[in-house]
Amino acid sequence: MSIITEIVEGVRISWEALRGNLMRSVLTTVGIVIGIVAVTLMATALEYLNTAFRDAISFLGTDVLYVDRNEWFVDSNRRFDRMQRREKITLAQVREVEEGLGNVRGVAPTVMHGVDGLRYGDRSTGMVLMIGTNDQFIITDGVALASGRFMTKAEAEANRDLCVIGADIAEKLFDKESPLGKRITAGDERLEVIGVFERRGSVLGGMSLDNQIVIPIQKMTRSFRGDPSCVIQVKVGDTGRIAETREELRGLMRKIRRIPPGGEDDFAINQQEALVGQFGKVSAIIATAGFFITGLSLFVGGIGIMNIMFVSVAERTQEIGVRKAIGARNRTVLMQFLIEAAAICLLGGIVAVIIARGLVEVARIYLPKVGMSWHVVLLALIVAIATGLISGFLPAWRAARMRPVDALRKD
Amino acid sequence: MSLICLDSICRRYEMGGETVHALRGVTLSIERGEYVAIMGPSGSGKSTLMNIIGCLDTPSSGTYVLNGNAVAEMDDNDLADIRNREIGFVFQTFNLLSRSTALRNVELPLIYAGVDIDERGDIARAALADVGLADRVEHRPDEMSGGQRQRVALARALVNKPSILLADEPTGNLDSKTGDEILALFDALHAKGNTLIVVTHEEDVARRARRIIRIRDGLVASDEAVS
Ligand SMILES: Nc1ncnc2c1ncn2[C@@H]1O[C@H](COP(=O)(O)OP(=O)(O)OP(=O)(O)O)[C@@H](O)[C@H]1O
Ligand SMILES: [Mg+2]
Repeated sequence: MSIITEIVEGVRISWEALRGNLMRSVLTTVGIVIGIVAVTLMATALEYLNTAFRDAISFLGTDVLYVDRNEWFVDSNRRFDRMQRREKITLAQVREVEEGLGNVRGVAPTVMHGVDGLRYGDRSTGMVLMIGTNDQFIITDGVALASGRFMTKAEAEANRDLCVIGADIAEKLFDKESPLGKRITAGDERLEVIGVFERRGSVLGGMSLDNQIVIPIQKMTRSFRGDPSCVIQVKVGDTGRIAETREELRGLMRKIRRIPPGGEDDFAINQQEALVGQFGKVSAIIATAGFFITGLSLFVGGIGIMNIMFVSVAERTQEIGVRKAIGARNRTVLMQFLIEAAAICLLGGIVAVIIARGLVEVARIYLPKVGMSWHVVLLALIVAIATGLISGFLPAWRAARMRPVDALRKD
Repeated sequence: MSLICLDSICRRYEMGGETVHALRGVTLSIERGEYVAIMGPSGSGKSTLMNIIGCLDTPSSGTYVLNGNAVAEMDDNDLADIRNREIGFVFQTFNLLSRSTALRNVELPLIYAGVDIDERGDIARAALADVGLADRVEHRPDEMSGGQRQRVALARALVNKPSILLADEPTGNLDSKTGDEILALFDALHAKGNTLIVVTHEEDVARRARRIIRIRDGLVASDEAVS
């Protein structure tokens, strides 16, 4: 008897058996349904967290290195205090980096500064983030322009009164009017708008990227923040060379900042990866806890299935005897009961996926981006079938090993 | 060589420290084409002997050679195949699968034999027609009379064209008229050259066979041809 026939027969027999005991089958699956609902929701939640997080940090380029005084993740306050006392990263040092680094796509210093409000005529904005940088920023930050142009190298280094503004600022100050060529007021300075960024949305739970104004780095240091510590953005341009460039950059920075051999770095090279790594740790903890809980509920469900399969085998001892008497092999009987257990669980799994789908729909009211992907569904159904096969194995094995006379004699 | 060769077959059951000797050394042989009746008082070991001949049970000691093969040397799969191809069993209580139709019950041995799905239905229908049930193909056991059920069981036993038909009190649960119908089918099978072994309590049932073996206390008490 071929394996295909065996499966077809097994499915057919288990369908008859399930139909014959419909109520019992339904009750049996309750445990499995709960377990699979848990698995499905768990996986959906993790997937959601993952994509939400990746969306949130997508403004950081995957191949951009951020040279900063501080590390993004600091595990102790003492370390943090020590970092705060580190020597600033000066514009002179930025220049040395620019000159010293070979083969990269772009190097841009950035200095951030909060500005209370921008004004144009009688319109004004609330608090905005001002970034002083150079012409390379358009490359390193990966932003696109909706209109106008970005600053040139000469403009960046020449203390020019110009700016490129985010989509929100443009909307607030100019409404439908074109901002290009207009002068806006920031503090005591009047800056000509030469470009408008494309809309980028918000990241990290609400921080708007469209509420930014970019000005030449020289303008920043002369008029807004003298003697700042820069963050240098370095766009590698080739994800294959990130590690290599990182090492080159580190050596260069150590030389520039005159760190003796063996001395500790007094700067940090941050990367999107670091965030991803941190997040990975968190999501691993969530996953472990979650799968422990779902595993437990599946285990309980599995015990229920095992129990009912033992009952089913006992009730059908006579049938097993008859089948063996007319030539069923042990394997055939084993398969029959395994398939039956798997079928019960698959049924439970399908019900569970439908329930979970409903719950996800409800969650959508609050988290519009939540969705259940087909691979979560697939995972749920595979887990369901596996639970059936595992918990059905002992009963099926008992059925398969029965001696035909003994099975036939039972009434 | 004989179709069935039993040599000093013993079958013991351990029952709470006590040993029950169901068979105490049965030696006999049966040729192809024979029609044999096995008689004896209740508890004498008739069913035990039939189960051993039908490879549903294995002897505690002694050798059984079926069709030239020593049964003791076979594994579970070989025995399943022997039961499937060489032996047809008819039980006193019919032993049909109650949830399945007559056709499905008769198809089952074909499925286990690996017969193609396209041929299965036709062969099973033909087997049912042979026992006069062409019009009951889609009926389930609980929709049939005892005689009809036993005929379904007979069709199932014969569908793989076994070398031996074993029947353990096939008419025990039937009235004499329906019992006669079954026995008439047996006569026809014998006439066609089949080997039949029938356990019975009834003298007139046994008289239709050509040889009667009487069992007493797990031993062959007499073995004679029907005159
Ligand atoms: N599974 C078993 N466990 C213990 N003893 C058994 C078992 N099966 C049969 N016996 C014993 O073996 C002996 C023979 O039983 P068997 O069923 O072969 O008798 P029988 O000749 O078929 O009787 P009957 O005419 O009543 O069907 C009996 O004493 C019975 O109690
Ligand atoms: Mg008996």
